[in-house]
Amino acid sequence: MYVAVKGGERAIANAHALLAKEGRGDPRLPRIGPDAVAGQLGVLVARVMTEGSLYDPDLAARAILQAQGDVLEAITLVRSYRTTLPRFGYTLPVDTSGLPPQRRISATFKDLPGGQQLGATFDYTHRLFAERDTAGPRADSPAGPPPAMPRVTDLLGTASLLEPDNAPGAGDPEPADLTREPTVFPMTRAERLQALARGDEGFLLGLGYSTQRGFGSTHPFAGEIRVGEVEVEVAAPELGFAVPLGRIEITECQMINQFKGNADTPAQFTRGYGLAFGRAERKAMSMSLVDRALRAEDFGERIVAPAQDEEFVISHSDSVPAAGFVEHLKLPHHVDFQAELGLVRRLRGEFDERAAAGGAVSDNTGPDNTGPDNTGPDNTGPAGEGSAGELMLAEAGA
Amino acid sequence: MNGALTDYNIGYLDEQTKRMIRRALLKAVAIPGFQVPFASREVPMPRGWGTGGVQVTASIIGEDDVLKVIDQGADDTTNAVSIRSFFAAVTGVRTTTRTDEATIIQTRHRIPETPLAAGQTIVYQVPGPEPLRFLEPRETETRRLHALADYGLMYVKLYEDIARYGHIATTYDYPVMVAGRYLMAPSPIPSFDNPKMHCSPALQLFGAGREKRIYAVPPYTDVESLGFEDYPFEPQRFSRPCAICGSVGVYLDEVIIDDAGGAMFVCSDTDHCERAVARAAETKTGETKAGETKEVPA
Repeated sequence: MYVAVKGGERAIANAHALLAKEGRGDPRLPRIGPDAVAGQLGVLVARVMTEGSLYDPDLAARAILQAQGDVLEAITLVRSYRTTLPRFGYTLPVDTSGLPPQRRISATFKDLPGGQQLGATFDYTHRLFAERDTAGPRADSPAGPPPAMPRVTDLLGTASLLEPDNAPGAGDPEPADLTREPTVFPMTRAERLQALARGDEGFLLGLGYSTQRGFGSTHPFAGEIRVGEVEVEVAAPELGFAVPLGRIEITECQMINQFKGNADTPAQFTRGYGLAFGRAERKAMSMSLVDRALRAEDFGERIVAPAQDEEFVISHSDSVPAAGFVEHLKLPHHVDFQAELGLVRRLRGEFDERAAAGGAVSDNTGPDNTGPDNTGPDNTGPAGEGSAGELMLAEAGA
Repeated sequence: MNGALTDYNIGYLDEQTKRMIRRALLKAVAIPGFQVPFASREVPMPRGWGTGGVQVTASIIGEDDVLKVIDQGADDTTNAVSIRSFFAAVTGVRTTTRTDEATIIQTRHRIPETPLAAGQTIVYQVPGPEPLRFLEPRETETRRLHALADYGLMYVKLYEDIARYGHIATTYDYPVMVAGRYLMAPSPIPSFDNPKMHCSPALQLFGAGREKRIYAVPPYTDVESLGFEDYPFEPQRFSRPCAICGSVGVYLDEVIIDDAGGAMFVCSDTDHCERAVARAAETKTGETKAGETKEVPA
């Protein structure tokens, strides 16, 4: 019964108590601690941190537990906390070429300075259920400092085969912050990348995939994917040097795409960029595909596919509003529905009146519909008729 | 709110954020009906569940305020209870269900039956701030249409309704023209409530959290529901009184009472209904007990 939706504080409190009980599972089994989640579900924690826009593995682990494994709920928890934190300033740009990669691969070169390094990856694992030894690899790596691993995009960039990091004369504009300033379309690329970094992995994966299947094709190559820890530093003008804040683990993807050029400018590969917290390769790759697709206008490409449409992509990529709005349909809407119900009844009443007056409605005047069956007691029972007649709206101005 | 809360600022939002929202509100009041973009924050409830209204309320609420929260006109619907207890927890202000006692009324989908008074503020939760959105999906384009006051699309839509159905087929979120300049979405209140917006002595604030827009109608501002000379705006009306309190001229909820199509119609505004019942009881006890008939409408 609909009135059941009307609940007091007690109903809500009871629902939440039941939720907590469900989340506890079998009380005879030990409770999972946030430390265990942070340590053993690192990829999940990375996703919550990335889309929650907050690098804090402990808090993300807590959120995952409190949300009982509902990733989008966990992300919402982290976001709702993050938004109350004061912002002190920007860090310096992180230097991903300097990071000693735990993993670094390039699909565009067989070998390159610094070499290919597989690192911890699901790639090439057989997806069979198996218990694996967790002692780690044999320590046969050569001693000494790790080799320098310049970024592939820098290697290609020196020969001008690839578009540079910044367009000539771009300067160093203040980065926008879409969590603190109103978002208005069209966005700068920096703002777009922020939105994509917070964007839902599944949504971006689907959009990235759509570009590969021809809806806004960009002919991508995975120029470089690297995973590792980078130092985060903040400039302190009064000290005159940068102050390190700590290290964060990130995944970076440099996608190398379709070249551009014409009679006036030499041919050059274009780029898409993806960056995410923790181990999040799929997210970083999807992000870089969509980033490149959204740059269609920069390269004079026709905008024909969803992934190229900034307003479409950015307005719908964030899981927090998307999940909230879809799920808000659970809230009572009976006032609006009542209004619609009133109108539909009125329209039907007018339709019936016209039909009774021998109006244009010819289908309903066939023998089947005017037979005695139709006026039998089954169809004109007091219950049915009563409710249909109750809420006739008064005529205009009545 | 169960469990201990970690430290949060009064009203949950930090002071910088409140200041940003208040600036957006000032601009909104200065340009009635104009949608002001603002940097909408996450709040601890899902987007689309009133986060815009919550941010507006959080930014204007002070110690002396008395807060009422309704959803579908009722104080006891779950989301209204949830938002009211949120503010009770993070602000400590007094809450009420009485429309005339409240200084701030946060609402979803209704305007109370009790007329609002000067000094009161009503905060609407808005899902879609753009009245032209379903006619033109692009924000860049609708902004341009507002700038040019080019509202032909909406009139064509209303005309097509009339051509197709014989009536304007919009029953809630019925578009209004504010101060003769901006077309505005009144939020999904039934068109029944639209006339209450016109020249209301109360300040009307609208928050759309997910869509990151704030707009406002200052007190005593013209709010005209769209229509044509030959097909004027027609607010919905009910031909029956409330089955509980007997009020007429109020918005009614249809409550299905059996599985044979039976239904009763009761006030959507629970505060109004309760007080009407109480008033009726008072007058009855005051007078002689003449016939204990319930005020069941025919």
